[in-house]
Amino acid sequence: MMCEKMFENTFLEEILNITLLSLKVSGTAVLIGAIIGIPIGTALGFGWFKGKMMLTRIIDLTLKSIVNTFMGLPPVVVGLVVYLLLTTSGPLGPLGLLYTPTAMIITQLIMAVPIVTGVTMSAIGSVEKTVRERALSLGATDRQAAWTVLREARTGILTAVIVAFGAAISEVGGIMIAGGNIRWVTRTLTTAIVVETNLGNFDLAITLGIILLSIAFIINLALTIIQFRGQKR
Amino acid sequence: MLTIEVQKLSKTYSGRQVLKDIDFKVQSGEVFVLVGPNGAGKTTLLRILDLLEEPTEGRILFNETPVDYSAKDKVALRRRIGMLFQQTKLFDMSVSDNIAYGLKVRGEDKVTIEGKVRETLKLVQLQGYERKNALTLSGGEAQRVSLAQALVTEPELLLLDEPTANLDPRNISIIEEVLTNINREKRTTIIMATHNMFQAENLAHRVAMINNGKIEGVGTFQEIFGRPSEPVKNFVKFENVFSGLSTAFTEGTSIIDIGDRLKIEAAFKKSGYVMIHIPPEDIILSSQPIVSSARNMFEGRITQILETESAVKLKVKVGESKNFTVQVTKKSFKDLQLSIGTRIFLVFKASSVQII
Repeated sequence: MMCEKMFENTFLEEILNITLLSLKVSGTAVLIGAIIGIPIGTALGFGWFKGKMMLTRIIDLTLKSIVNTFMGLPPVVVGLVVYLLLTTSGPLGPLGLLYTPTAMIITQLIMAVPIVTGVTMSAIGSVEKTVRERALSLGATDRQAAWTVLREARTGILTAVIVAFGAAISEVGGIMIAGGNIRWVTRTLTTAIVVETNLGNFDLAITLGIILLSIAFIINLALTIIQFRGQKR
Repeated sequence: MLTIEVQKLSKTYSGRQVLKDIDFKVQSGEVFVLVGPNGAGKTTLLRILDLLEEPTEGRILFNETPVDYSAKDKVALRRRIGMLFQQTKLFDMSVSDNIAYGLKVRGEDKVTIEGKVRETLKLVQLQGYERKNALTLSGGEAQRVSLAQALVTEPELLLLDEPTANLDPRNISIIEEVLTNINREKRTTIIMATHNMFQAENLAHRVAMINNGKIEGVGTFQEIFGRPSEPVKNFVKFENVFSGLSTAFTEGTSIIDIGDRLKIEAAFKKSGYVMIHIPPEDIILSSQPIVSSARNMFEGRITQILETESAVKLKVKVGESKNFTVQVTKKSFKDLQLSIGTRIFLVFKASSVQII
């Protein structure tokens, strides 16, 4: 009796721990990713790097291509790079970050930044010219017009953040390598599903799977609502 | 108020010349209309006048001072100019906030903004739309909000790029009325591009014919176009054009149901969907119902009066939404003592109804 209850408590506790860690890692990565990615995406969307000179145009084009390429970075490759950086003999080894949640946040951050940047960039690019010119012709200064463009692109920017979170929460390869999938420490929904399935613990794997699916559903629901609002107008 | 002078202005886009040696001068309080086919360079010229683009050659002078294209100069000048684009781009905010935008960026206080927004909404006949999101409006309503955005700051110069293209007659007449009024009351200088010849004739003090990036003539409408030929007139005028289902009868006539429970009898035999036109000068106005050989008689209310040099044009609303344009001489206009709101009967013969 006693034993069974304890087992049940631990079971629920572990699920809760895993879920919260997933949300914490992906949430933190995307939050920091948004803080870095939105300004870069904004600058690229506005074409601020695009001067009149040939060189600046090449820089602008190169940056955009890099962003677009990195939007589809394979997570395992990112995990590998982070592992090599953080491993004891690696350049950042002394920090002792390998197999910690921080290492996982860094991994997902590297994936989130290009996604947030890229989606923000195209959201701004699509309204930039018309909104800016309307604002200017109504008497706005360049700065005021830029703010108005940002305001009009807000739905797209929000989409950028949600898409990045959706990618992060369902990612497995990168955090598996950088986090090591240590029970109670760096085990997340996705890595746990992999391990529990391998061990034949299907009840736990399925429970975690349902939780992950629910989170994914909520994210997509939010996205659909945002897009539906956009269409209605 | 602003006078505008354009000197030897040319614009080239990657080797393609869209404007060549444009020269003209617009007086303060003048309505100057650019007429020409699509792609003639009208939009580019207006964008250059709104300082959104710089000319490749030549210069623009506002009140005899040439524009230097410093950021400060551009903002200061644009704040004296209102612009209405052909493709309306309203902001994703309420109608009120859209109209208030120009005042907000100028740092006006809240009370002033509220008052001016209310006044301008009334001007474009959109009271009650304050809280609506601007992106939910119909094309005509959106264009009127756009006009309100430009007018709320009381610009000295108003630039209009095809302001009524693709709009229905009701919205066109509201916009034309607003333009006529602000030009008359506030002496606002207006430069407008259109390919609606009737609009040009009705509104313009002077017309510039622009084609292939060159101005081919500047003068009054009569000087430039004289009396346009009948086919040209029919093509350009959107007045008295109706469509509906026609039913042919054996006597050689047809009845066209144009909606609003209005049926027009025509002296042709054709069944099915048709588009018809009634020349404004073929419609007789009568203050009483009359018995005559004319087969069509409708009662309506005068909504707009436009006096041209030779005649008076009236817009008469029949039923819920049908607008007829009637042209009468100045003398009969006076004799009938017509004014906006007068109830009047329109009479025209079945043979005046032309099929398009």
